[in-house]
Amino acid sequence: MVLKHFNIMIKNLIAPLRMLLIKRIFLTVLLFPFLSISQEADIQAGKSLFNANCAACHQLNRKAVGPALSGVTEKYDKEWLYRWIRNGSQMIKDGDPQAVAIWEEYNRAVMTNYPQFSDEQIDNILAYTSFTPPPPTNTSAINTESSSQGSSISLNIILAVTILIFTILIVMLFLVQRTLIKIANASGLKIETDTKRNITPLWQTIVKNQFLIFILVIGFLLSSAYFTYGYLMQVGIDQGYAPIQPIHYSHKIHAGANQIECKYCHSSARVSKHSGIPSLNVCMNCHEYIAEYNGEEDLENGYTRDFYTNEIKKLYSAVGWDEQNQVYTGNTKPVKWVRIHNLPDFVYFNHAQHAQVAKIECQTCHGPVEEMEIMYQYSPLTMGWCIDCHRESNVDKNNEYYQRIHEELSKKYGVEKLTVAQLGGIECAKCHY
Amino acid sequence: MSVQNVTIKMKSKKLYWKGIEQLNSESTIVEGLENNEFVEKLPVNSKQENDGASRRDFLKYVGFSSAAAALAGCEGPVIKSVPYVVQPEQIIPGVANYYATTIADGNDFSSILVKTREGRPIKIESNRDASSFGDANARVHASVLSLYDANRIQGPKISGEYTDWDTMINLVKVSLQNFKDQKKKVVLLTQTYPSPTTNNIINELLDEYPNVSHVIYDTISDSTVLDAFENIYGIRAMADYDFSKAENIISIDADFLSDWQGGGYSAGYTKTRVPDKSNNKTMSYHLQFESNMTLTGSNADDRVPAKPSQLKKIISRIHSRITGSVDLNGSLTPEIDKYIDLSIERILSSPNKSVVVSGVDDVEVQELILQINRSINSEAIDINNPRLIRKGNNFELSEFISELNSGKISGVITSGVNPLYSLPNSESVKQSFQNLEFSLVFSEKEDETAKSAMYVAASNNYLESWGDYEFKKGNFLLAQPTIRPLFDTIQFQDFFLKLLGSNENFYERIKSNWQNNILKGKTWGKSLQDGFYNDFTSFNLRPRKLSSSISSTSEDSSEEFSLVLYSKTGIGDGSQSSNPWLQEFPDPITRVSWDNYLTMSASDANKLGLKNYNVSNGALNGSYANISDGKNQLKVPVLIQPGQTNGTVGLAFGYGKTEGMKDVMKVGVNAYTFYNNFSKTQTISISKVKGDHEFACIQLHNTMMGRDEIIKETDIDTYNSKEKSYWNPTVMVSKNHIETKVTSKEVDIWREFDRSTGHHFNLSIDLNACNGCGACVIACHAENNVPVVGKEEVRKSRDMHWLRIDRYFSSEDTFEGDVKAKEGTSGFREYRATQTKLETAAENPKVVFQPVMCQHCNHAPCETVCPVAATSHGRQGQNQMAYNRCVGTRYCANNCPYKVRRFNWFAYAENDEFDYNMNNDLGRMVLNPDVNVRGRGVMEKCSLCIQMTQKTILDAKKDGRRVVDGEFQTACSNACSDGAIVFGDINDKDSKISELNQKDRAYRLLESIGTKPNVLYQVKVTNSKKV
Repeated sequence: MVLKHFNIMIKNLIAPLRMLLIKRIFLTVLLFPFLSISQEADIQAGKSLFNANCAACHQLNRKAVGPALSGVTEKYDKEWLYRWIRNGSQMIKDGDPQAVAIWEEYNRAVMTNYPQFSDEQIDNILAYTSFTPPPPTNTSAINTESSSQGSSISLNIILAVTILIFTILIVMLFLVQRTLIKIANASGLKIETDTKRNITPLWQTIVKNQFLIFILVIGFLLSSAYFTYGYLMQVGIDQGYAPIQPIHYSHKIHAGANQIECKYCHSSARVSKHSGIPSLNVCMNCHEYIAEYNGEEDLENGYTRDFYTNEIKKLYSAVGWDEQNQVYTGNTKPVKWVRIHNLPDFVYFNHAQHAQVAKIECQTCHGPVEEMEIMYQYSPLTMGWCIDCHRESNVDKNNEYYQRIHEELSKKYGVEKLTVAQLGGIECAKCHY
Repeated sequence: MSVQNVTIKMKSKKLYWKGIEQLNSESTIVEGLENNEFVEKLPVNSKQENDGASRRDFLKYVGFSSAAAALAGCEGPVIKSVPYVVQPEQIIPGVANYYATTIADGNDFSSILVKTREGRPIKIESNRDASSFGDANARVHASVLSLYDANRIQGPKISGEYTDWDTMINLVKVSLQNFKDQKKKVVLLTQTYPSPTTNNIINELLDEYPNVSHVIYDTISDSTVLDAFENIYGIRAMADYDFSKAENIISIDADFLSDWQGGGYSAGYTKTRVPDKSNNKTMSYHLQFESNMTLTGSNADDRVPAKPSQLKKIISRIHSRITGSVDLNGSLTPEIDKYIDLSIERILSSPNKSVVVSGVDDVEVQELILQINRSINSEAIDINNPRLIRKGNNFELSEFISELNSGKISGVITSGVNPLYSLPNSESVKQSFQNLEFSLVFSEKEDETAKSAMYVAASNNYLESWGDYEFKKGNFLLAQPTIRPLFDTIQFQDFFLKLLGSNENFYERIKSNWQNNILKGKTWGKSLQDGFYNDFTSFNLRPRKLSSSISSTSEDSSEEFSLVLYSKTGIGDGSQSSNPWLQEFPDPITRVSWDNYLTMSASDANKLGLKNYNVSNGALNGSYANISDGKNQLKVPVLIQPGQTNGTVGLAFGYGKTEGMKDVMKVGVNAYTFYNNFSKTQTISISKVKGDHEFACIQLHNTMMGRDEIIKETDIDTYNSKEKSYWNPTVMVSKNHIETKVTSKEVDIWREFDRSTGHHFNLSIDLNACNGCGACVIACHAENNVPVVGKEEVRKSRDMHWLRIDRYFSSEDTFEGDVKAKEGTSGFREYRATQTKLETAAENPKVVFQPVMCQHCNHAPCETVCPVAATSHGRQGQNQMAYNRCVGTRYCANNCPYKVRRFNWFAYAENDEFDYNMNNDLGRMVLNPDVNVRGRGVMEKCSLCIQMTQKTILDAKKDGRRVVDGEFQTACSNACSDGAIVFGDINDKDSKISELNQKDRAYRLLESIGTKPNVLYQVKVTNSKKV
């Protein structure tokens, strides 16, 4: 502990120095290429054009639907590229050998023609494809580190200084005491160290006081009962259960950053009692094209881009996707996920009833999934928790199924809105059969 | 310390002697006592010490292990979930898929729907759209469990060793080619395949190998019926009947409600059996002459016991009376004569609305039957679209056996049959079969025939197979696989196609055959989805020969008995005898499970000194008897059966199998031993042997003793002429000495809950429509994961069936007679005498079936006594049982007036003591994932299939609509093809159940105790014409 703390202290002291150093590197690395290339073509413009028009089928450094575009300018003549981009299909028809070769290689998929592109625009795109960005880890690493640790630095310093002051004070006290004793000895004063008075010790007084013992025993029993009850009540409750999964799947990235609808992957929540762990072919709907992670990183926890990209590779190996040749090998290794939300066998829970009929947000029970880097059990999933909700939630009287019963029952109970419980939603056999 | 030392040391002190022994200073006893409490080691612990653990140790272990288990229980197990890599688009986990397919295993024929969950078939239902043939019976419902039989062969075997298919096909090909070259005879012995495409393939095989001949073997033969039909109409088929068109049904030993001529007649029969005064609907008259007490006989209005020899005469008599020809046969008893007169009278009153059917195994009899129906112009018989489900020929089969025994046959291929079990002289056949040069057996299990075979081709279960069928002329059905083959198995059609070198598989064959030759205007896809295609462009069959009488009838000697072999509702021909659901299924008539037995009349049993008695825990025991036909002998238990004709005994097929099944299933005796000449009636002698048999009979009391609150019965004339208050009075109870209706508010001690909003489920059971077939019992088994407990437990009345079908015999001639006899008594002595008399069933009793499940009382006695509120009431009317809350006090079961609660005395799942289906992974695949598997020490009972009603409601909610009448079903109501069980919401005023609830015939079980059940019964009305 102490050692770790010390390390952090030293790191904190050095950090400002490093900042200075790195800023200089950053400036030189990042700005230099811009300065040098910007005369010929605008890389930024090229990047946005690329993302808008090409990225659906092309990647810079690896094959996708079409070939990898990094270094394409070296392979092909620029004039040829102009023609190809504007009207590639015509070139295939005309039997251009290079064009036909590409066409054959990529499953005879014809590239969309872009006759609207000007030479300048194509130049920009090509400039972007031949531009090698600086190793990005440095910059972003420093940025996140400095920003995230800014507040903790001052706290740590204050803590260290306080501890130091207190230590000095204690040492000083001892020193003062020693000096005083020395002085007293020297001046012949006898200090009474042993105060042997005829007083019964405190513990004996307590033992003799029966009423106090009684109160203490009662208190002890009550508190132990309280803690035992508390302990027993949490048996089997796995709130916060966040097991390590075979593939590090981040809901934060998928549902949070990319805002993918929950039921896009968990589609059976609409119709079935199971929300369903998506089959791997659902993952591949996107990940056939997304082979590497380019989003934000969380270096503190070790979630680097490489880390995420590596997890995508795990998916590929499970689903049997040959990234090089863009084909399924058929060699699959089904993923053994660790189930997080476990209801006992004697409970029947139906997702469709809640997510589809009652239109409850997934987050109501599963918590802020879009913020969860590692998925965990948010709710206690106890019967009391279920019942509480059933007592408070109202049924949707616009659903034709409920209409008549809602009308009759609300009149009978004299309420505007009926709760699930009033409709019989807390009867035993509604969930236990 | 010795005494001496003590005296020296403590001289000053007084010394007390404990006994004379202490004076002897040498005594070892004293010394021993000084050191130990007892002289010798106590014998208490010695045994345990030798065993290594004492009682205290045991307690320590228990304490430690339970504490450890409790602590371990605090940590939840890590549960893995493995999703599909590529999810098939039609499979959504948690949502059931239904596939239409067909079962035709040689004994049962039906178009069915198979419910699958996550790719596993878990339940069979009737395909009601294809209603031109019978609905699924109990065996068909249970057949899904046979798919998961742990004893299935897992791949092809050559001489007992597993091999691969290519090797086997090549070896078989070489063998067949050799036989072809050497012109040696090979026989293909199969069940009847009423399948157009299969027959094409068999014909191709026969063309390719001219030395192969095809013999069809129906395990239980209908050869006489087929011969008769062939003799008269020229094709080998069986007439089809529609009992819904008959007002008078005269049956001479035809058990048409169970397996007679392929079965499936009950739905049509029931249509005319339910009278309704409000619609002016009357009921048909059903007269049954028979030897055994059959399911059909027990449902008849009048039942006349007759010996097999008399049955022939009866038909001859009826034939001569109707056609006006001369009856050459001898006399009958006056009783039978009276009923013959009655039946003639009934037939002549409306000839074309009458039908005469018979199950007598005799060609001439069957010809007469066809002729009688022809001459009365019966509308109920259909000649032009006959049944094609049986083709077997006794003559060809006998010839095959004699050729086999004489060594004229070099090779045998069997499929769908088990001849070494089911042939009458199977021991000698077994010898010849084992001596064959070549034997190839297609079988799902390593049964008797497969054990003796050289090549065993592991076959698909029908749920893994493709198939097409033509049950009736023009009634085409398709079978499709509902699961991939669980093991390395193949269906025999595909085997033959490979053998013939075809590059098509059986599926492609069926498809092209249907598209080219069968389907007219309907697409293949649609037919496959529906499971059937009907094309009743019937051909007109003309009779070509008419026989006039029966040539001879034999007289019985009084010394000997007629043995009448029959097939039981549960086990049938025995092809599914390793199915635990069917073994545990109690026979509707005898209520005995896990056995077959000799049924005998009480007076015959008395003469032979054979007894049935109950032991102290109520279980039934019976004497053993030896039966012999001169060649074979069998030791069989005897069950006294009211209604059994004197001088006859019955014995069921399908038991006594010894191979290809778990040991616990090997019960009963093999009745095929006595199936000489493939005739169901045999002459035998019976003698008593020592020893008693233990039956697993689940109904210990067979009569009602005049208690008219359980079964209400009346006859059709009373029903039509009198008011409801006469034949279905509301029960009165006394309040302040004033007779008050039990349904009125004043006598109610409960606070009523208003159930008029939302759903309120009721279940109606029509005692007129229920014929006791038991399909509902098995459907309930499958739907609700009801465990099988085994023979020993059933004997202790610990059966777990949520739904039982009580069967009651009348003590007098009718149940009304019972009531009158009871009410007519005066004085204690007479009362006692009457009671004793009412305890025994009459010789030829009336029979009534009453399905009883949890009655879901609105004022439930069980709910008030539960100390932990584990059973409570829902607003929809269900009496709910929360298993996880139950602590197993069993107060509820004790307080239940209907005795419908079932207690889990043991853990039945994952327990090898109960070696049925729930202790192995394969058998557990049949479990319904929507229903809990109950643990030990928990009470359970019928839930009104709340998982099904909840699903229906959820479906409606998802669609945003109301529930339509007919959507609500329970497993039992869904399984009931006869409409005896109807389920629904009585708050839906237009529903069928609301209508039934208002009917005059509606009553509730034990109404006087004021439990207000949500299950209602409809009074049984009989149409007896007692003469």
